Amino acid sequence: MTATVTTDSRTEKSDRVTSRGTGGARRRLPRIPDRIRQGGLPYLLLLPAVLLELLVHVIPMIIGIVMSFRQLTQFYINNWGGAPWSGFDNYRIAVDVNAPIGEALLHSFFVTCVFTFFAVGLAWLFGVAAAIMLQENFRGRGFLRAIFLVPYALPVYAAVITWAFMFQRDNGLVNHVLHDQLGITDQPSFWLIGDNSIYALIVVSVWKGWPFAFLIVMAGLQNIPRELYEASAIDGAGIWQQIRKITLPALRPVNQVLVLVLFLWTFNDFNTPYVLFGKAAPENADLISIHIYQSSFVTWNFGTGSAMSVLLLLFLLVVTAVYLLITSRGRKGADA
Amino acid sequence: MRNIRAAAAATLAISIAAGVTGCGGGTSSGGGSNDSPKTLTYWASNQGPSIEADKKILTPELKKFEEQTGIKVKLEVVPWADLLNRILAATTSGQGPDVLNIGNTWSASLQATGALLPWDKANFDAIGGRDRFVDSAVASAGAEGKDPSAVPLYSLAYALYYNKKSFAEAGISKPPATWDELVEDGKKLSKDGKWGLGAEGANLSNNIHQTFVLGQQHGSDFFDAAGKATFTSDGAVAAVKQYIDFMAKDKIIAPGNAEYAQNQSLTDFAKGKTAMVLWQAAASTFASQGMKPEDWGAAPVPVASGTPGQGKNINSMVAGINMAVFKNTKNIDGAKKFVKFMTSDAEQKLLNKTYGSIPPVKTAQADAAFSAPDLAVLRDTLAKSAAPLPQVPNESQFETAVGTAVKELWADAAAGRPVTTESVKARLEKAQQTMQQ
Repeated sequence: MTATVTTDSRTEKSDRVTSRGTGGARRRLPRIPDRIRQGGLPYLLLLPAVLLELLVHVIPMIIGIVMSFRQLTQFYINNWGGAPWSGFDNYRIAVDVNAPIGEALLHSFFVTCVFTFFAVGLAWLFGVAAAIMLQENFRGRGFLRAIFLVPYALPVYAAVITWAFMFQRDNGLVNHVLHDQLGITDQPSFWLIGDNSIYALIVVSVWKGWPFAFLIVMAGLQNIPRELYEASAIDGAGIWQQIRKITLPALRPVNQVLVLVLFLWTFNDFNTPYVLFGKAAPENADLISIHIYQSSFVTWNFGTGSAMSVLLLLFLLVVTAVYLLITSRGRKGADA
Repeated sequence: MRNIRAAAAATLAISIAAGVTGCGGGTSSGGGSNDSPKTLTYWASNQGPSIEADKKILTPELKKFEEQTGIKVKLEVVPWADLLNRILAATTSGQGPDVLNIGNTWSASLQATGALLPWDKANFDAIGGRDRFVDSAVASAGAEGKDPSAVPLYSLAYALYYNKKSFAEAGISKPPATWDELVEDGKKLSKDGKWGLGAEGANLSNNIHQTFVLGQQHGSDFFDAAGKATFTSDGAVAAVKQYIDFMAKDKIIAPGNAEYAQNQSLTDFAKGKTAMVLWQAAASTFASQGMKPEDWGAAPVPVASGTPGQGKNINSMVAGINMAVFKNTKNIDGAKKFVKFMTSDAEQKLLNKTYGSIPPVKTAQADAAFSAPDLAVLRDTLAKSAAPLPQVPNESQFETAVGTAVKELWADAAAGRPVTTESVKARLEKAQQTMQQ
């Protein structure tokens, strides 16, 4: 605090000097009123971020919500402000599970739930396992850490398109290994169409997602005091007991955030299925993000697509709120 | 702990906010002006083997135009996969190019947005008159009874390309003229790891082009006169089933073709793995893959009667690229001059020769260069036995809905699941129900 006051008084002094003197560039320094300097400065500094946030997220979101109440098709996109209001029609269409559009949305919602469960679960599991394995210092640890982060560092498009090549039925590496070399499958399988497509999607998503889990958990592990492990070792705890009783409980707050973030990213993931399957994903891998994209941009029913987006947002908000409530309660209980 | 919670909250807010999509902009403008008469922006579709190749081909022509008129054209070559989305974004925001290429199957859909300059008599007169263009090409530039939303630039049609060596080895002396002959020949050719016919099962547009033609032959348009979808009509179901049966029943298409969407069927053809392929102007692709012109031949796409013509003897969709002008251009006169330049006889001959397409301008089409055997097939098809895809506002939805249904049926056939009239009808029924208007 003292330092701040000193700096301020110096600025004022130099301002006075320049105003009497040559009137040079320093005169232009803005004079920050005391009121703002004392109470409002943090808010002033936040202002650019708030404005950008408004511009990039909040305003488009509001536009999206407005669109969801309009009958917005190709006839109106040139002047979408003039599209007729349709009330809750778009929402009705989106949730009417007895009609094809609602039924397809529900189907893609279930597909997305299953996909998210496995993709997040496996990414988390691999991330945690790898981080724990690399906790001890050994020769080559730095190299392994760097290698493990490669999928996270690669551009998504390049990585996923490479996977798409590998999953090709006749010339792909996956079938070459599974069928030609290991003989696990009777005949080369399809991975990019038909029933197996969901497995291909999960594999790519896990490959792409686990390094993030690894990175976060590795950071979390740095905060666990080594003495705990040493003490438990003296008490005769084995590695599994250490993981169960020390590592995982200590990682809990990190994991809570990690799983939530992974869940949101995975549930909303658009790039992976789009690059892997194109604009028409196979039924088994028809994720909700692609489904909404298709409703909006491929079949040009922007109103219905927006309504689906809003429903997705509400769903994610509810899940997140419930999750935060449960985990914060758990934490309070643990603290008490 | 508090920090972690704060970080979590911040990350959450951003992640969730990113989940809701919104579209930007939204202006509409009446007519176009001449506020910046010295410049134009042109979005060219990717026609050649690569974007770089297109730039190389088009840049000298744009220079020529600049020398003639003093108008500088800023070129952007847009890949096919991005083009429609880019046009949609430009339409929504009002921030598009002045002149652009559109696939002619999108004409009616884009016409419905009202963003493109309608080519009425006055506008056509400014580029030399409507009569200069082949009728079928103009018919594929917008809904019937309305002024076209674009001007034809490059025309294409489907032909049956066949590998002469494979045919000779199988003892087949001439290309098939009917589907029965095609299946019969296909069976002779499908052995020893080689296959009779190629397909692009995961390419929605290609699925539509093929099933549309078969639909015509079965007397179905996929839409009725009022523009309402009739995907489950007997003709439509029979057409789709006939196409899938080449793999499911006749076994002349390799199961792997079900996942093709990147022109792999052309590579298979060039490598001699498949003996026939139904394609539009494939010559340059074959040449780029090492085939010599004498290695392959081109014949009209089969029809049940063996003689292509009108009605049930239609054997191609009218394929091609059109040139449109955004209505709110700041250089309306320059835009028309540019369209006139690109559709002039000289440019038409030069560009269509380069791209292996057929000029939609009658006088240019008469040039000897377009009488080579394979191009003659395409030219005759366009003149006599091609029909434009349904020119309805929801054509884009049709391509996606039916194209996807056909893709799923390919997947069924490839996996060995039965493809029956009922299963085809069920898929098409579902596709039809997703058409909202």
